Amino acid sequence: MITATPRKDLLLMGIFTLAVLTMPIWLAPIGASYPDLLQRFAIFGIFAIGFNILFGLTGYLSFGHAAFLGVGSYTAVWSFKLLSMSVVPAVIFGVITSGLFAVVIGYISLRRSGIYFSILTLAFAQMSYNLAYSVLTPITNGETGLQLSLNDPRALDSLVGVTPTSGIPPTNFFGIEMSGYSGFYFCAILMIIGFYISMRIFRSPFGMMLRAVKSNSNRMSYTGLNMRPYTLTAFVISGMYAGLAGSLMAVTDPLAGAERMQWTASGEVVLMTILGGVGTLIGPVIGAGVIKYFENIFSAINENVLHGIFDFLPEILQDGAVAVLSLFVGEGWHLTLGMLFMLIVVFLPGGMVEGFTRIYSRIRNKNNKNNGEAGSVGSAEVQPGE
Amino acid sequence: MDAFVLQVLNGLDKGGSYALIALGLTLIFGTLGVVNFAHGALFMLGAFCAVTLKKILTISKQVKDESITFFDAFKEVPYLELWFGETGTAIIDYAVPLSILLAIPVMLLIGLAMERGLIRFFYKRTHAEQILVTFGLAIVLQEIVKAFFGANPVPMPPPELLTGSADIGAAIGLGDSVIYPWWRLTYLLFAGIIIAAVFSFLQFTTFGMVVRAGMQDRETVGLLGINIERRFTIVFGIAAVVSGLAGVMYTPIVPPDYHLGMDFLVLSFVVVVVGGMGSLGGAVTAGFLLGILQSFASMNEVKEILPGIDQIIIFLVAVVILLVRPRGLMGRKGVMES
Amino acid sequence: MTNTTNKFKLSRRKLLTGAAAASAGAAVFSGGTPYSFVKGAYAADFRNDPSSQSFIKLGFNVPQTGPYADEGADELRAYQLAVKHLNGEGDGGMLTTMKPSSLKGNGILGKKVEYVTGDTQTKSDAARASAKRMIEKEGVTMFSGGSSSGVAIATQSLAQEMGVIFMCGLTHSNDTTGKDKRRYGFRHFFNAYQSGAALGPVLKEEMGTDRRAYHLTADYTWGWTQEESIKNTTEGLGWETVNTVKTPVGAGDFSQYITPVLNSGADVLILNHYGKDMINSLTQAVQFGLRDKQVNGKNFEIIVPLFSRLMAQGAGENIKGILGTTNWNWALQDAGSQAFVKSFGQEYGFPPSQAAHTCYVQTLLYANACEMAGTFYPPEVIKALEGFEFDGMGNGPTEYRAADHQCFKDVLVVRGNANPSTQFDLLEIVKEVPRAQVEYDPAIFGGDLGPYEV
Repeated sequence: MITATPRKDLLLMGIFTLAVLTMPIWLAPIGASYPDLLQRFAIFGIFAIGFNILFGLTGYLSFGHAAFLGVGSYTAVWSFKLLSMSVVPAVIFGVITSGLFAVVIGYISLRRSGIYFSILTLAFAQMSYNLAYSVLTPITNGETGLQLSLNDPRALDSLVGVTPTSGIPPTNFFGIEMSGYSGFYFCAILMIIGFYISMRIFRSPFGMMLRAVKSNSNRMSYTGLNMRPYTLTAFVISGMYAGLAGSLMAVTDPLAGAERMQWTASGEVVLMTILGGVGTLIGPVIGAGVIKYFENIFSAINENVLHGIFDFLPEILQDGAVAVLSLFVGEGWHLTLGMLFMLIVVFLPGGMVEGFTRIYSRIRNKNNKNNGEAGSVGSAEVQPGE
Repeated sequence: MDAFVLQVLNGLDKGGSYALIALGLTLIFGTLGVVNFAHGALFMLGAFCAVTLKKILTISKQVKDESITFFDAFKEVPYLELWFGETGTAIIDYAVPLSILLAIPVMLLIGLAMERGLIRFFYKRTHAEQILVTFGLAIVLQEIVKAFFGANPVPMPPPELLTGSADIGAAIGLGDSVIYPWWRLTYLLFAGIIIAAVFSFLQFTTFGMVVRAGMQDRETVGLLGINIERRFTIVFGIAAVVSGLAGVMYTPIVPPDYHLGMDFLVLSFVVVVVGGMGSLGGAVTAGFLLGILQSFASMNEVKEILPGIDQIIIFLVAVVILLVRPRGLMGRKGVMES
Repeated sequence: MTNTTNKFKLSRRKLLTGAAAASAGAAVFSGGTPYSFVKGAYAADFRNDPSSQSFIKLGFNVPQTGPYADEGADELRAYQLAVKHLNGEGDGGMLTTMKPSSLKGNGILGKKVEYVTGDTQTKSDAARASAKRMIEKEGVTMFSGGSSSGVAIATQSLAQEMGVIFMCGLTHSNDTTGKDKRRYGFRHFFNAYQSGAALGPVLKEEMGTDRRAYHLTADYTWGWTQEESIKNTTEGLGWETVNTVKTPVGAGDFSQYITPVLNSGADVLILNHYGKDMINSLTQAVQFGLRDKQVNGKNFEIIVPLFSRLMAQGAGENIKGILGTTNWNWALQDAGSQAFVKSFGQEYGFPPSQAAHTCYVQTLLYANACEMAGTFYPPEVIKALEGFEFDGMGNGPTEYRAADHQCFKDVLVVRGNANPSTQFDLLEIVKEVPRAQVEYDPAIFGGDLGPYEV
């Protein structure tokens, strides 16, 4: 559990893959098994995994990652418009452009650390957002968002003689339409690959170096090591993850809006990561899932639905239960989310992964006692997972 | 020239509100080392103190409008007016300034409760965790306000005496288009008074001296047998009062809604960082400076050369300052530079 | 970590045995989806066809968080009322006044109307996510809502992609039924062009033809289209446009944009702002004494081309005497408006807003079109709506123009009431501008509706 071995990693990888690919099945009972939400789970999973490579390993808290998400989306939509409806160039260009943006912003921002770094990234992201919303409208289509149109050139497509028969052609991966479940599996497979790469980074000497930066950057610099290249690499990698997520948003839904770059969107990925468990492999994915679940499912529970749920109660009790609960669901879903953040940070600083770990070790302790074993393996010190 | 004078006034006025919010924020950071994302929410709660008082003062006798049968339309006369006639009207008219009296104890209590109930458990935690928990708190606070007051802004007119504008142009010998609303001038004056009060409190009282000492070196002050924790708690309360009052007085300028705090959150952090984390003088200077810069960046002459500059000027300044002078305008060397 | 995976394992084992596994598994390999329909397989086979069930589901996608939450809440009330009336409950509201009407008060085509709700957060992404949930998970046959043009345009194009009809709520940009119009999107609300055309004669009457106007415009698409429309109108009257200044959305304090107006020589300020921006800019402009000013020997005037009651509430006293337009007002005296205000007022205790009105009417119009078409099959319903002429829904005789899916009806020019008798009496109607005056050639905005079959 606590020490990572190649065998355990392989096991983790296998379980993760299986769990992700079977999401449509085991998420069905909680009403989350429909293509759009599944796609979002995978896409924001990627976003959070990438963010965690920077924040979890180096401790650098970026408040501007949404900018890369936005850049990825815009690039992908432009690729659909100008080149081809195939998702391959869209994703590749999305990742490259956001990577380039990350090099520039990272190079400047990483000259500072701590909260100053956060403010720098925030400043860059807000500038991108403000400009994309207004002055850059010829490129971004401002508030309305960049959309496809029937008259787009699609140079590569028309080169090979593909012309739309009716309406705007769908995005596709070698002929497979990227909407619905096929879109989800496309995103899910990329997430699994992203997860694998993230795991390799965590286990590599490079990852070790990043963690050293986090634990004591002063000592690192005293040893005469220049940390900047390492942190910049981490920053760019996580920027590219964000770009990938952004281009996938455009792949599953070919539209790119400026609000994707707003600071609240950057804040969201921070929340996902901390909620799930910073610096753990699986935590960010869980955090992303929980927040998207809240946003999409909790917000849709209205009083009508609540009355349906409490139908079995006598009328007075029913009205009371509905009145209380409707503060927390439907239009009150922000309240629930805010309280969840507070509870998690107060009681489970390691995020939900720490919660699972605690429960796990408690169960194991009990089993150990029942078996009369004297040993207390892993019970004394529970480290946050990973 | 007229335009120039007006933009300076606009800048000072904006700067006043920025400085007041940033002052509390940097005070909390300087003493407690906490990054408080709920600080904007305190500003918003202050504004809603004013709304609440106004609601209480205008509790009305409702006379049903009989011409409308299918819903209850009322002609409303506040009881205060019924009971006290013109005096009552005058009291209602001064609802906003009167709210200061309500906001001071309420905000102090909220501040103390926040610090004792939540913030103090986070002194030793990372900034990221502080941000998350205070952000969560900010969301909870604003959603509660929304549940009570709705999402729509609430109009809060200034007292009759201070509506309308002062003809500054005539006073200082400029054109007649240099006019400025009395209430905004009042706000500026008010901001100046509060800032002066906070500074003299910290400068000239024993309490202030201890707090300043604690900001310099918490450990030594503790070793001297001074309960610095308790004093810091009070500092948090004071910071809450300062931003709460800023919120109260701001209501006639921007009708408050539950989201007011979030609108100011990012901006106040930028001000604090530009001024230097933990530097009170820096926060005030940066507040006014950014206010003025923002005003000038919005002038048509400037926008023609640099389109969109008014949208990003604040962030641009932050980036430049952080790169050229990372400790901010007046920050102490070594603060947050590790 | 092991624990999380344990949980995954358990759920997987438990569920793999289920029948769900088989179908989802099949979906994996075929790459298709159990929910979406297979294109071109059968003409009347369409997404979320309700014919095999006893009810029809509608989706109401409104802002529940963010600046327009109150407006969203009012829209939702109107939708719930519409559902009630369609199902034959309550007093029937506009069902009794609508002409011609095929509605029977027994649901739509005999199927009981049910609904689901969602939160757009006034963000395109969130609105599309919410709409997709309604379509993919809840199986809605039509969805409606919105309080901003960006959101309306984004969801409308989703409607086209998914083949589910979208009835726009409050959206005022010319683009919604102009360059971004869609076959599957319909707008009952008026637009910026109509605001301009309706204001024109009133402005001429009240302020003359020799005026100098200064625009403050929210810096995004809706603001621009409104600025353009109003500018065209006023310049047509002979007014001079002194300056048009873009302001950032959510600026809060507009003082730095208002002070230049003071010595610009302008005698009219036009605020192309909506919601919170409008409340703030108007409040501050009045504070700066603009209304008390005399310029060029005339009283300085402020115009807010798009009004709503919620904005009037937020701006308080400052709204008094300010001219603007609105789609509908509860004080209208026609039978349709009265019937609607009556049932809304009895249900909720206060009168409906214009947003509520347009949402209510849209729901009824969709239901009526289904009845007329005799089917839920979207292309047929669309054809029934296109060119549909009706009356008795407020605003007089109305037509859903086939060329761009824009409704044409009378537009109200209103003024902030100087002396409101009750707390709801904030706007007084200055003029009901007849439909003929606000009509225009659909070609001026371009755009393409797209195909019926998707």
